[in-house]
Amino acid sequence: MKLDDVQRIAHLSSLELSQAEAEAVLPQLQAVFALVEEMQAVDTSGLAPLAHPILFLRDLAQPLRNDAVTETDHRAENMQSAPAMQDGYFLVPRVIE
Amino acid sequence: MSWHQTPIALMAKALAAKEVSSTELTKYFLDRIEAGKHWNAYLDVSAHLSLEQASKADQIISSGKAGKLTGIPVAHKDVFVTRGWKSTAASKMLEGYLSPFDATVVSNLGIPDELNPNGAGMVCLGKTNMDEFAMGSSNENSAYGPVLNPWNSEYVAGGSSGGSAAAVAAGLAPIATGTDTGGSIRQPAAFCGLTGIKPSYGRVSRYGMIAYASSLDQAGPMGKTAEDCALLLTAMSSHDSRDSTSLADSGEDYGRYLTQSWKEGSSNPAKPLEGLRVGLPKEFFADGLAPEVANAVNAAAKALQDLGAKLLEVSLPKTKLSIPVYYVLAPAEASSNLSRFDGVRYGHRANEYRDLSDMYKKSRTEGFGAEVKRRILVGTYVLCHGYYDAYYLQAQKIRRIIAADFQAAFEKCDVILGPVAPDVAWRLGEKSKDPVQMYLEDIYTLSTNLAGLPAMSVPCGFNTSNLPIGMQLIGNYFSEARLLQVAHQYQQNSDWHLRQASEVA
Repeated sequence: MKLDDVQRIAHLSSLELSQAEAEAVLPQLQAVFALVEEMQAVDTSGLAPLAHPILFLRDLAQPLRNDAVTETDHRAENMQSAPAMQDGYFLVPRVIE
Repeated sequence: MSWHQTPIALMAKALAAKEVSSTELTKYFLDRIEAGKHWNAYLDVSAHLSLEQASKADQIISSGKAGKLTGIPVAHKDVFVTRGWKSTAASKMLEGYLSPFDATVVSNLGIPDELNPNGAGMVCLGKTNMDEFAMGSSNENSAYGPVLNPWNSEYVAGGSSGGSAAAVAAGLAPIATGTDTGGSIRQPAAFCGLTGIKPSYGRVSRYGMIAYASSLDQAGPMGKTAEDCALLLTAMSSHDSRDSTSLADSGEDYGRYLTQSWKEGSSNPAKPLEGLRVGLPKEFFADGLAPEVANAVNAAAKALQDLGAKLLEVSLPKTKLSIPVYYVLAPAEASSNLSRFDGVRYGHRANEYRDLSDMYKKSRTEGFGAEVKRRILVGTYVLCHGYYDAYYLQAQKIRRIIAADFQAAFEKCDVILGPVAPDVAWRLGEKSKDPVQMYLEDIYTLSTNLAGLPAMSVPCGFNTSNLPIGMQLIGNYFSEARLLQVAHQYQQNSDWHLRQASEVA
């Protein structure tokens, strides 16, 4: 991993890093990836990835709920922590000129 | 009466016998929280809300409709959203956030109402400090300052449920909730001399738990005894249709085996654990384990043997790999989960920005702390095109091997015993400069989260500096009641869990 990579993934993560911050975090990320490299030696051919522990228990049925509306309107409560709102809508910077 | 030294099982009896009211208990703990602010265990306390709930609990008790836990105070980790108390996950990103609803764990334990008629009737004391978004092993990553260890205030309380652990250990709550993504219930429980259990994945609803790594996160209780944990876990867990990973048959009495012998029909009271096979994974006792911790855990194994258990060696060959696997999968899931924090609907929004994308960037950059940003960066990288197969998919494949290794071990034994962490609590600031060094501390706890297995931490000794040591009991899927039984039988024959820190009056 190089400094350019740090700035590229920061951009993809919607995070801003100053040059000094990127330089400071680079060796930490390199240390993490050095640790992660240990995985590469493991032979995993023929193995299916396990995304979720419940998938390991194949016989365990996951219940599905009925396809029915259960929630009522909580608009005011749901908007009480909005950083900016007007007339019941979230306000964001103008995106269309 | 020293209510802060009283297990909730006894507190329930005192409430039922009208020796104390819920209001008196709640006031008692609110006073202790006020006097114990220096531990930094709580992030939000609201005395009038707690006392309002206590008064409702007292009404339920006088109407004769009380359940086992009605009127007992409980503290909630700040990762659970609560109506009334602020929910921040210890992040600046959510400073002042008020949830419009309660997490299922909170409503299952809380005062019953029309929305939640089956609430256990417990009184919320407030929200406990934690590592920001549950990312950390020492509780030094909170945006609101580190939690101090009640056994020695120069040491960390452990993370990420460090506030819950310190609250119970300092007597600022009789019991508390926590969450465990890579050891975050077990490790702070061990560092603070408590009993804590992470149940099987899917037992406890994650609805209303602020997500870190969804395929690993699981909530559980942290208390003084295995019996207390059984009581709380029974009330916490239920099937929840709002969480698609919640299991259908989660509701059971986790305390049903506590006082029974391991082998049904066995009648030797001196050997209650006769027939129990305890596996000691050789990889858990290899290099890197502090000798004092090894001695304490070995002594605990010997104590189980004295109670009739048979000890045998097992192997979990991929133990070391659980660290890289976890530190790929958890950040990957975190980077996705935390993408919802964009400063639009809730959470921090920067004051100045050029356009929408700049607003996202500045809001997230200002709102998240260093460890959270680091994990988002790692997660984004491993999910990138070109690296996805080598990191993320490879980690998921090894995850399958790790889960299968446990099944091979459980063919030989009923429970696995080992240390919770390689060492006791460390000094504040000692490891925070080197995040990777800190990640290595999770070596014995991560693999059970990857496999989704239940595991618990039980106090089993102290080091020469009088810092607590915990042993870890790991069971097969859905064997929580059996783990709690083993822990309870151990606690009936040991007193580590009853000791009080000298700094705690």
